[in-house]
Amino acid sequence: MIFNIPFIAVAALILIGLYAVIFKRNLIKMVIGITLIESGVNLFLITLGYREGSIAPIYTSSPGGIMALPVPQALTLTSIVIGVAVLALMLSLVIHIYRHYGTLDVRKIGGPEE
Amino acid sequence: MSRRDITAVLSFSIVAIFFIFGALMIHPFGAPDETGMDDNIITNAQTETGANNAVTSVVFDYRGLDTLGETTILFTAVAAIIMIFRRLNK
Amino acid sequence: MSGMSKIVKTISGIAFPFITIYGLYIIAHGHLTPGGGFQGGAIVASGCAMILVSYGSIWTMNRVREKNLSILESLGAVCFILLALLGLGFGTVFFNNFLVGTNSLFGVVPAVGSGLANINTGGVIPLMNFAVGLKVIVGLFGIVLVMAYASRTKEGKK
Repeated sequence: MIFNIPFIAVAALILIGLYAVIFKRNLIKMVIGITLIESGVNLFLITLGYREGSIAPIYTSSPGGIMALPVPQALTLTSIVIGVAVLALMLSLVIHIYRHYGTLDVRKIGGPEE
Repeated sequence: MSRRDITAVLSFSIVAIFFIFGALMIHPFGAPDETGMDDNIITNAQTETGANNAVTSVVFDYRGLDTLGETTILFTAVAAIIMIFRRLNK
Repeated sequence: MSGMSKIVKTISGIAFPFITIYGLYIIAHGHLTPGGGFQGGAIVASGCAMILVSYGSIWTMNRVREKNLSILESLGAVCFILLALLGLGFGTVFFNNFLVGTNSLFGVVPAVGSGLANINTGGVIPLMNFAVGLKVIVGLFGIVLVMAYASRTKEGKK
């Protein structure tokens, strides 16, 4: 059970992010929650591809031995860049919302126009 | 505490229980179940793609279509951000 | 943002070439060592963002137009797709690595197993690294520049 600590960390990261998304009212805090969920997913992919006592899958001056799985690492690389793009887009929309409504509280925006 | 808050707390608790049980029940850390595809890539990456870095050979050769979609997402995000702020600056 | 003090400007001007060289090294050795187009592009974009913060967004926007950034980013994307289509033309399928094994540019097949690095390997992978690196540099720097410039106009209005 103690060896499952990375998976428990993944569950904790995703749950903290989900908590921020559901129970917080500030839009910036919700964006931080979504970023935490992304980090949890990245950690989950990396954790799935780890083998006991393995090295990175790179042959240049490698010390030899079994290698970690390369496909989850490549997918994580893709996921990180997508996360950056989505984070920038979300923050731009938050700036747009703040200039339009003058507040970041999700209960106050979205009502009738002025 | 309104009814909406109670519903939110209840659903969050159910999801949390499922996540914790999933984290405890999954295969032990460091021993993945299916490694056939990755072993094949690790064995053949140097002769098939000529790159010493197996991760780069997966990103740009074996799964190049994923990278194509990902660059498309980055391109779309940059275009959308420039469009949003161009409207805002006027 | 209107720029910081003279000390910050000087130090960031000294550090910027080293950051750029390091990022380009990461991009060029993407098929040999840890790294690649995305990581090196993020490093160079961070250096450009440092210049942006220290010199201010107005100074940067007067020298780098966002239109030029859009053109460069589209150039990176077109180069990437063109390399993939060349795989369809010279080889068999989309994203085929048609340069490997030809002993021409980047066409040497390395020895199997652990060994020293030879930069003349990898087929189309280094070229794709350069294309994606250009795209990521310009994309991330464009995002930061446009967002900083937009927050500048808000301070000016107040």
